Amino acid sequence: MITFTLKRILQLIPVFFGATLLVYFLVFATPGDPIAALSGGKPMSPAVADALRAQYNLDQPFWVQYFLYLKNLVSFDLGQTFSGQQVSDVIARAMPVTARLAVMALAIEAVFGVIFGVFAGLKKGKLFDSTVLVASLLVIAVPTFVLGFVLQFVVGVKLSWAKPTVSSGAPWGDLILPAVVLGLVSLAYVIRLTRTSIIENKSADYVRTATAKGLSRRRVVVVHILRNSLIPVVTFLGADLGSLMGGAIVTEGIFNVPGIGNLLYQAILKGESATVVAVVSVLVLVFVIANLVVDLLYAWLDPRIRLV
Amino acid sequence: MSKLLKGPSVNRPSDEDRPLLEIRDLAITFSTPEGPVHAVRNGRLTVMPGETVAIVGESGSGKSTTALAAIGLLPGNGKVTGGQIIFDGEDITHPTEERIVALRGSSIGMVPQDPMSNLNPVWKIGFQVKETLKANGLAGNNSKERVAQVLAEAGLPDAATRAGQYPHEFSGGMRQRALIAIGLACRPRLLIADEPTSALDVTVQQQILDHLDTMTSELGTAVVLITHDLGLAAERAEKIVVMYKGQVVESGPALEILRNPVHPYTQRLVAAAPSLASKRLQSQPTEVAEEINAVVKVEHEIVDEDILQVKDLTKVFKIRRGLGRSDDFTAVDNVSFSVKRGTTTAIVGESGSGKSTVAQMVLNLLKPTSGSITFDGQVMTDRTENQLFKFRRRVQPIFQDPYGSLDPMYSIFRTIEEPLRIHGIGDAKSRQSRVKELLEHVSMPSSTMHRFPNELSGGQRQRIAIARALALKPEVIICDEAVSALDVLVQAQILNLLNKLQEELNLTYLFITHDLAVVRQIADDVCVMEHGRIVEHSTTDEVFNNPQSEYTKNLLRAIPGATLML
Repeated sequence: MITFTLKRILQLIPVFFGATLLVYFLVFATPGDPIAALSGGKPMSPAVADALRAQYNLDQPFWVQYFLYLKNLVSFDLGQTFSGQQVSDVIARAMPVTARLAVMALAIEAVFGVIFGVFAGLKKGKLFDSTVLVASLLVIAVPTFVLGFVLQFVVGVKLSWAKPTVSSGAPWGDLILPAVVLGLVSLAYVIRLTRTSIIENKSADYVRTATAKGLSRRRVVVVHILRNSLIPVVTFLGADLGSLMGGAIVTEGIFNVPGIGNLLYQAILKGESATVVAVVSVLVLVFVIANLVVDLLYAWLDPRIRLV
Repeated sequence: MSKLLKGPSVNRPSDEDRPLLEIRDLAITFSTPEGPVHAVRNGRLTVMPGETVAIVGESGSGKSTTALAAIGLLPGNGKVTGGQIIFDGEDITHPTEERIVALRGSSIGMVPQDPMSNLNPVWKIGFQVKETLKANGLAGNNSKERVAQVLAEAGLPDAATRAGQYPHEFSGGMRQRALIAIGLACRPRLLIADEPTSALDVTVQQQILDHLDTMTSELGTAVVLITHDLGLAAERAEKIVVMYKGQVVESGPALEILRNPVHPYTQRLVAAAPSLASKRLQSQPTEVAEEINAVVKVEHEIVDEDILQVKDLTKVFKIRRGLGRSDDFTAVDNVSFSVKRGTTTAIVGESGSGKSTVAQMVLNLLKPTSGSITFDGQVMTDRTENQLFKFRRRVQPIFQDPYGSLDPMYSIFRTIEEPLRIHGIGDAKSRQSRVKELLEHVSMPSSTMHRFPNELSGGQRQRIAIARALALKPEVIICDEAVSALDVLVQAQILNLLNKLQEELNLTYLFITHDLAVVRQIADDVCVMEHGRIVEHSTTDEVFNNPQSEYTKNLLRAIPGATLML
């Protein structure tokens, strides 16, 4: 177990370098001149432009730029945005907002997904099951931005149950609606995954044996069906945390959430390579760590899995 | 029976008199999308206290369904639609949920069929025993000791430590012991043992059944033993109930039924039971076929020629231990044997003996670590792709599971035609007539061509697998447990078919099996394997009548019904 964890942490090093290199190159290769974008399309004297290029090392070849970036990275300097802020500061401000959003979304999909999934699975073919199935299919089929706008309009504007947009500082209460939108698609998947898993396990031989021992129905469901059925669900949820963090761009855009997704989107528009690379690298790290946690969790839930 | 004649018991209202379990005219119906299926009709069964009653029948005969109804464990779509189930004087045909939960475990225990799937993989063995005791109010204060005691009773060595392990750390035999421990933990008066050992090796099967016998007779537990094996039933039970297509066709004292089966189905079952038959199958066809045979015989007189020679064959697997370390595991150890053209050689052994590994190496699906395989005078190692392709035409496999070895998306025609197409034999028209001919060979109507595997039964599928193997007119067929997954009667049919084909086509069989009874019916020569080595290699009669090694003797003794004198 410990060797496994150490090995996986060591694996982070090549993953990190690979990811930064790839993202750095992609931003480098993106057409468009960041300096021109910086001036807002207004003409700029060549001398000023050259000076700016030199300031951000944009006149250097790719390898030199990447090397300089890595050199700064070693001293925990992620570089500066075009507006002169430290990238690390910008990320530090945006990160907690997105983390809050993602954790809320994850909690919503875990709690409601498992509850709905378990009841649908136990009552397969009944009205509740069919309703849940159709509803989840609908949610999966409708794109997030449509869902987001509809909920924002109906719940936020018409019914005024929640704030349609998030105020600065992004308090927990304001984030409920965006979290629902963000978690909704995954919620549908969790429901379906739990349901399938329950249906598969409830007719398993060991469940029949457990019943034959004289256990109550409740105990059979909780101890023997539920734990076994949750194994695939928990691993899905763990991996999903990574995608929620990185995939919040659309939701953050709709509800104007000052999070990582918004930050990344703005940086890509401006061609701000330092910010893009830093944000993506952080997301890669989150993803890899989430996967490591999933693997450990998986081994803990299912004793047959041995980590080597 | 004799209980009625006992004088004193007439006077006292003793439990001894009353049947512990009585099933009368039981009808069970499953609702399926295709309409109701009557799985059991007029199921009848009487079990006296302490008695062992066996229900015998093939898969789908309703034997498990009947027994499971008594403990309220029918699958969701199954319902008791008629008759009565009376347990110890109480009608439990349609019990309340509460009542049946109270009866399960404490009054009626169960030992299920497949030890691999019947223990919950995520809980420790001890936990699974303990919750049984707890649910029936028997855990007490020192439940840990009680758990160890129950497991030890079931013959699990070092029970206290073992209780802390997970099911996947147990072998099949040990898991079955754990399940027996669970089944008997609360001292039920009736134990339903549903094919408790059919998934186990024959020697392990014997040990487990012996142990179960001892335990139940010490505790005075009545047993309903469900089995497909008539020999096993006769050996273990006082009474036998034979079920066929959902009906009880015959019941009575065990030996009586074996000696004088009345119902035609029972007669066929007795005749086909491999553990009771005792000689090499001879083709027994009609006169016409005999004439053909006579002609064929002249053409294919068995010549004293080794078509297959295996010399010093060894296979070592590396078992990874993590961090680049690995242990060597010798699956096949210095195995040598040869197979004469037109004969059948059986390789017998228990699971893990390396017999299937040998088959895979002979089929060239696995590379030997050392040693050589010579086929028709040619050494097989270092062959070119092209030579290998030609070799595949001459040696064909038939595998164990007829459900897994046919592509469900392929029609029967396409399944049998595929090898012809791959090897570029004939045009579309001639291939079609060849497929027809092959279906005839395996006694299937040519209309089968347009059907799909899921429309066929297990035995029919195995016939298709045989037809496919025959398509390229091979000389050698490797049967890897080719009849193990089939019911006794179907098994007998397939063995007869293989035998007939051997005579007609002068085929050579390498027959991999764990079942010595089958060996006796089909093989000319036998290699007995244990732990990767051949411990005995001789003619079939020699092995059965005069076994040399201790291991072979044990195997022979363990055949259910081997000791029965008819």
